[in-house]
Amino acid sequence: MSLHAQDDPALRTAQEERLRAVWKAPQGIFLRWTDCNNNRVGAWYTLTAFGFMLFAGVLALIMRTQLAVPENDLVSANSFNQLFTLHGSMMMFLFAVPMFEAVSIILLPQLLGARDLPFPRLSAFGYWSFLLGGVFVGGSIFFNAAPDGGWFMYPPLTTRTDLSGLGADIWMLGLSFIEVSSVAAAVELIVGVLKCRPPGMRLNLMPLYAWYILVVAVMILFAFPPLIAGDVLFEMERLLNWPFFDAARGGDPLLWQHLFWIFGHPEVYIVFLPSIALFAMMIPTFAQRHLLGYPWIVLAAVGTAFLSFGLWVHHMFATGLPKISLAFFSAASEAVAIPTGIQIFAFIATLWAGKVKWSTPLLYASGSLAIFVIGGLTGVMVAIAPFDWQAHDTYFIVAHLHYVLIGGTLLPLFGGLYYYWPLITGKKLSDRMGRTAFWMLFVGANLTFFPMHFSGLYGMPRRVFTYPSELGIDYLNLASTMGAYLFALGTLVVCIDLARSPWRPKAVRNPWNAGTLEWLAHPDDEDWGIRSVPLIESRYPIWDQKDFVAKVDEGRFFLPDAEEGRRETIVTTVLDARPLYVVRLGTPSWVPMLTAIALGSVFILTTYHLYWWSLAGAIATLGFILYWLWTGTAEIPEKPSKPIGHGIELPLYVSGSAAPGWWAMFITMMADATAFSGLVFGYYFFWTVHPEFPPSGPGMDGPGTFWPMVALGVAAVSWIATVAARESNRRGGVGAARGLLALGILASLAGIWAGLQGPLTTGLDPELHSYPAIVWVLVIWTTAHAGVGAIMQAYTLARIIAGRMTPTHDADLRNITVYQHFMALTAIVTYATIGLFPGVA
Amino acid sequence: MKRGLHGMVAKLKVTLWSLIVPPTVWAAHFLFSYLWAAIHCAKVGGFARFPILYTVGTVVALVLILAAGIVAHLQSRVPGDTPPHEEGTDSDRIRFLAFSTVLLAALSFVGVIFTAAPVLFLTDCR
Repeated sequence: MSLHAQDDPALRTAQEERLRAVWKAPQGIFLRWTDCNNNRVGAWYTLTAFGFMLFAGVLALIMRTQLAVPENDLVSANSFNQLFTLHGSMMMFLFAVPMFEAVSIILLPQLLGARDLPFPRLSAFGYWSFLLGGVFVGGSIFFNAAPDGGWFMYPPLTTRTDLSGLGADIWMLGLSFIEVSSVAAAVELIVGVLKCRPPGMRLNLMPLYAWYILVVAVMILFAFPPLIAGDVLFEMERLLNWPFFDAARGGDPLLWQHLFWIFGHPEVYIVFLPSIALFAMMIPTFAQRHLLGYPWIVLAAVGTAFLSFGLWVHHMFATGLPKISLAFFSAASEAVAIPTGIQIFAFIATLWAGKVKWSTPLLYASGSLAIFVIGGLTGVMVAIAPFDWQAHDTYFIVAHLHYVLIGGTLLPLFGGLYYYWPLITGKKLSDRMGRTAFWMLFVGANLTFFPMHFSGLYGMPRRVFTYPSELGIDYLNLASTMGAYLFALGTLVVCIDLARSPWRPKAVRNPWNAGTLEWLAHPDDEDWGIRSVPLIESRYPIWDQKDFVAKVDEGRFFLPDAEEGRRETIVTTVLDARPLYVVRLGTPSWVPMLTAIALGSVFILTTYHLYWWSLAGAIATLGFILYWLWTGTAEIPEKPSKPIGHGIELPLYVSGSAAPGWWAMFITMMADATAFSGLVFGYYFFWTVHPEFPPSGPGMDGPGTFWPMVALGVAAVSWIATVAARESNRRGGVGAARGLLALGILASLAGIWAGLQGPLTTGLDPELHSYPAIVWVLVIWTTAHAGVGAIMQAYTLARIIAGRMTPTHDADLRNITVYQHFMALTAIVTYATIGLFPGVA
Repeated sequence: MKRGLHGMVAKLKVTLWSLIVPPTVWAAHFLFSYLWAAIHCAKVGGFARFPILYTVGTVVALVLILAAGIVAHLQSRVPGDTPPHEEGTDSDRIRFLAFSTVLLAALSFVGVIFTAAPVLFLTDCR
């Protein structure tokens, strides 16, 4: 399509009608929930996370009411335990993390000028998983069955079934399920940022929000899996009596603390950075100038992400680890203040250099920075081990973490709400109500949490349901409670403001006069995302590029049409965003929801020990996934390429590292490998804590060297067969590829058998001691992966036989080869560890 | 015409992967520090006043970060190119990645020194 052709209004109208038809949302009471367009899924996601936030907030209010006066008896100790556990868990797992994912699912395609993210159905699957898991975990409190061991669930309190009830299982399995949806969102967001940018949006022109999201999504990949590994060990102990955390049988509760906080500390930055990213979008708009220090902000985001993985032990300063270890983590904890400070200074400098418009969103931004800085400063204090020993487990820490999270997550999100509401609904929120709410929130937060510093230093421990009057902290607690109610009233004002929105008139387009791509959105929004995918030449194209908005609207850029009646967007290169190919996107379907329900049933039924039903759920999940893949992915297009305008012709099929699917596999396997390394860490952790390792005695001598080495050899055969199948298929040798894949399947199945032989033949008893238990877990992990590998090989073989994969359309085979690379690595590490390390140790 | 060191490093184009080299070295050094201390304290019960292994590991990490920083610094300088360096051109994209790498190298360098400093002061496993 030439530039000239778009001058014809009739053509433009015809294009718009085609786009509208293709992107039409499913209608009807039931069918509408099959939608997978990012604007709808993102909105559901945001509303659900907001709802969970309000719920968890109410739990906090009940706690503050209980603590308003000494010796209060509003709730029992048991209920109070459930309240604080659920409050923390929900705010972290059901609000802070999902909220960032939700907001990103809405904003990212707009920011990147894409019609949608690369895997819309995956977003829908993530949402349904989140909803299901969230209701399961949150709803448990109505049955007096909520988890009550604190949001960190320390064993042995929580692993001993005589000390903790169903709540621990609900926490562990319900939240594991939600972690799956978080990893799914991370895959979606990383591939979105790296591969779905508009042509010309090189890395140095990318909106900073996208930089932050990229960094945070990568952090999720490395932070969440250790917790998943911990969850696996935890549930093995609760359900099967395998003693990973039971000191009497060679376990160690500290292992859980390590795995939990390797997740838990990066988690703080996972929820903080996306909120700061909102500032990076708002501040240039209200300063009406480019943000100062773009590379410095990227440094801050990347630097914080890395350093945040070196902080986890500062939650464990009081556990008696050697001081030298504490000192390393103390040093890293202090170092993280450097990048955090840099980004705050960059924001202040930008405001200073620009002409500031004191809007409501900016009020929230500056207020939250003030609160965050206070939380940051107390963070620097508690990062010093000797001070932490004084403050540990007191209300000082409660004050610190709430200053960080309210200043670093909640208030920025409210600011973002006021800023982006016109983008999503086409209507502005009330400035008056917004400002009123802000001052209530700001004063309320300080009134609640500032006194807690003192009540903590006076000796009020965390997680107590009441306190004696003699401690002299009555008035401090009363102040905190009053502040909490003021804060809640502020939140209520925000909710009323939101509720009144439908009756307000539409705002003008781009009401804040912003310069970034997302503000192309029209108040009368269309479902197609963007009328034509623009060519980007600036960080603020709306400000800097001539007639930019008109050109986009008139379809004068790329992909202005949907001739074949398909949902499409452009995939570009990672560094320079050169157009690579046109990807066809998933359309509304029941499959994501059904897959989420089936997978959810596995977790939920396991909680109630209904293992056979749970197995049925697992089989159903596998069936839905295979159906989803078979019908919805790696489709061979009806023609090899299509024009996207301006004389550019792009292919409709690519495979290997150019394709989003390949990246999704690679990223998923990075997460998988990280979870695995958590288990391997467990093995070597036990080596450091046991004077004699491996321990000897009946049921503990194993698994020997022979079978692990056989299993390793068989895994190597599977790997080589898959790589060889890929190569011979590429050269046109389809018959050889089929044979090699069949060999691969056999080798994978043999790998399962050989892997299990080691611990089976030597009679390792996992209930006896942590050593046989950890060996068993490693073997089960590896053989389960071999099983999944066999399913993938069989699937690919079936695709070849069905004619859905050919020598030139080989995405499936290339993707499963990536899996096999990781599988080979897993086998090497597992079998070398369990087979050879006992000899070395 | 590019010569010598500058010419050599100009061929090593910065990418997203090279951007994360300095912080990855920091992370590797940090992990090394943690494992070194944990294993020494659990298995040996102490460590030397001037631990050779640890010192060598730290110096290697610092040298690697320094090298990454210098390479990136040389790449970030394109003769005759005027600021503000925020155009959609090859040279500005390389300059941006290279400069960000320099900044990360500086942070990582400080980070490694922060991490290693306690070994100068603490002498046992208590």
